[in-house]
Amino acid sequence: MHKYIIYIVFTLIALTSCNNNDSETNSNSSANEKLAEKFGLTLFELENGVGPIKSKLQIGEINNSLAEQGRKLFDEKCAQCHKLDERYTGPALRGVTERRTPEYIMNMILNPEEMTKRHPEAKKLLAIHANQMTFQNVTQENARALLEFLRMESSH
Amino acid sequence: MSNTKKIILAISFLFITLLSSCSSNGNKPGTSDAAEKVYVAPGQYDEFYSFMSGGFSGQVTVYGLPSGRLFKIIPVFSQHPENSYGYNEETKPMLQTSYGFVPWDDAHHPELSQTNGETDGRWLFINANNTPRVARIDLTTFETEEIIEIPNSAGNHGSPFVTMNTEYVVASTRFSVPIPQKDVPISSYKENFKGTLSFIKVDKESGNMNIEFQILVPGFNYDLAHAGKGPSHGWAFFTSYNSEQANELLEINASQNDKDFIAAVNWKKAEEYLKEGKGKVYNTEYYRNHYSNSTHSATSEKINKIVVIDPSECPGIIYYLPTPKSPHGVDVDPSGEYIVAGGKLATIIPVHSFTKMIKAIEGKEFISEISGIPVLKYESIIAGEVQDPGLGPLHTEFDGNGFAYTSAFISSEVVKWKLGTWEVVDRVPSYYSIGHLMIPGGDSKSPSGKYLVSLNKITKDRYLPTGPELCQSAQLFDISGDKMKLLLDFPTIGEPHYAQGIPAEKLINNQRRIFELGNNEHEYGLRSEKDAKVERNGNEVHIYMTTTRTHFKPDNIEGVKVGDKVFFHITNLEQDWDIPHGFAVKGMNTAELLVMPGQTRTAIWNPQNEGVFPFYCTDFCSALHQEMQGYIRISAKNSDIKLSYN
Repeated sequence: MHKYIIYIVFTLIALTSCNNNDSETNSNSSANEKLAEKFGLTLFELENGVGPIKSKLQIGEINNSLAEQGRKLFDEKCAQCHKLDERYTGPALRGVTERRTPEYIMNMILNPEEMTKRHPEAKKLLAIHANQMTFQNVTQENARALLEFLRMESSH
Repeated sequence: MSNTKKIILAISFLFITLLSSCSSNGNKPGTSDAAEKVYVAPGQYDEFYSFMSGGFSGQVTVYGLPSGRLFKIIPVFSQHPENSYGYNEETKPMLQTSYGFVPWDDAHHPELSQTNGETDGRWLFINANNTPRVARIDLTTFETEEIIEIPNSAGNHGSPFVTMNTEYVVASTRFSVPIPQKDVPISSYKENFKGTLSFIKVDKESGNMNIEFQILVPGFNYDLAHAGKGPSHGWAFFTSYNSEQANELLEINASQNDKDFIAAVNWKKAEEYLKEGKGKVYNTEYYRNHYSNSTHSATSEKINKIVVIDPSECPGIIYYLPTPKSPHGVDVDPSGEYIVAGGKLATIIPVHSFTKMIKAIEGKEFISEISGIPVLKYESIIAGEVQDPGLGPLHTEFDGNGFAYTSAFISSEVVKWKLGTWEVVDRVPSYYSIGHLMIPGGDSKSPSGKYLVSLNKITKDRYLPTGPELCQSAQLFDISGDKMKLLLDFPTIGEPHYAQGIPAEKLINNQRRIFELGNNEHEYGLRSEKDAKVERNGNEVHIYMTTTRTHFKPDNIEGVKVGDKVFFHITNLEQDWDIPHGFAVKGMNTAELLVMPGQTRTAIWNPQNEGVFPFYCTDFCSALHQEMQGYIRISAKNSDIKLSYN
């Protein structure tokens, strides 16, 4: 009986991970596997960052009122280091949602120190900007609102 | 090698061996495993926090035990340029007194708040001797939150000791003075000079202090205190010397009487008299200063009234316990039954029994009365005397296992003795001239009887010499076994007069890491970089500036003129732990600002000359710290350059 359950779980895991890589070519996926292994990350973490967001989120149409909440938070917590269209203390953020997955963006907001220590992309940015991004005392809901603001700004 | 050479070598070796074994400064390690016992590996935490008074430095220092590592100096009664306490506009009011701004004091006795007789890790209190005050330090921020001045007091030494649930912090006057103050001949001491015992009520929730009442007492020198606990809860005990009431050459004239007194105060009875309206309202003037973590600023409040109780009109609130000889410390054992005095000129340690004291009061076993205060019969209240306790016994702490440890100043040793049998069971030297000693929780109901710290005034040959002025020191002893063992000896800041210790676990999880920007209610505080601005109001220029790694906003300012009064209001926008920023502008006549995450701090600058002056971040904050700078341009008084900033 136990063996049977374990078999099902393994099959499910295998299926899920295949699903994640559906859109990628085989060579890409093997390169990613090597990269992930090199940095001690899972494939999910390589694509979506290291932090409290551990699975793909349901992201729908842009929610304007959530984005407005995000704008307010951005002014208070982020704008001293990030502008939308110019490099400042940190990188310019318009278009970030095209470069990174929503989960990656939220993990970067919620867990910047570990990200810059472990994730290859975040490490590169730390080397360029020379300033450790800090956790700005935001909740997961705050980070979601910030993501919505960045999605809205990236769309125009 | 020739024989001669061998002989010379052998003799040198013998000589060196003899020299090192004859070392006269007690440098022999306490035990062979001492190093292991005090070693806290890099990155590991100490088991206890220890709060030591800075004595004449006016501050509190925080050390870890058993390592003896210094973590922080908490500024309390003295200005502290390192973090601008008492220099910046926000904290200057903390040092306001009825004598004006006082930038220094002599801080002696740290005391942790207690609940049910145990340290609760909420607050630390400490006294100022010279300009009588009591401060309360918040143990979530490790910053001074409140300072209250004590009127009708001089030499606030017997202070600030807490009752079992921190209902009160008690304080007493070492120097008696005319109360209220008046211009009289010093020789009229006996007629005009009085002492006071103060009871400062502590609000259960906020910790805010308020002097509930004072008791007017005969003009002796009230030296130290401790409150009762368990059965003696509701009482507080104050030592006194100079019952001779001498006003000159006290070293001889105040050492005449065979016994002086411990004043035992029934404060619950005093509360009843207060309710009946027996207290008299005296006009006076004193300050209470309070710091807020939302406005990030202190405010001073002047108070003009105080309630004073005269014991001759309120029988039963105070009794004198005769105690040999010029007693200094008074310490109550964990059970609350024994009241131990350190008679600094006495050849024994007297231990009074609370039970016997109550019986003697009920049986009216009085030998005399002084200003309406009954003096109890020594033989009726004494539980025992510790014989041969060393020369100059001062203070006693307890290990919770039935033993007491007394410091002997003159013979410079710690003496361990057994409660109940009063026999001395062990003694170890301390280097040198021990004053107070401390066991974590050693004056509470539940001591942690693992370590003892002796607080030493003299270090002479203990460390590398540093010219005429030498450090004072603390020494750590292992008291977990039958015999005390010296483990470590480390230098301290100022005079480590007294100390308190508490298991680290009681504080670690309550530590505040940042101040939330959203709660910043400072009048000139900012919550966002886009609000940074410069405003002119007459000749006052207010610069609302933000800091973040690694820039100031604004960082170029023009249109400021000679003769202007420039306010730099710096808000640190960081919201993560351990990212303070600093600020200084060239030539400013005050200390730097050190601004914690989410906090606002203000420095005033009066530019005297035209030119362009740089400002910069003074606390190394990141890789681009050296880039964190800016300029302010100062123009002539009549210049028409408009105010501008980026």
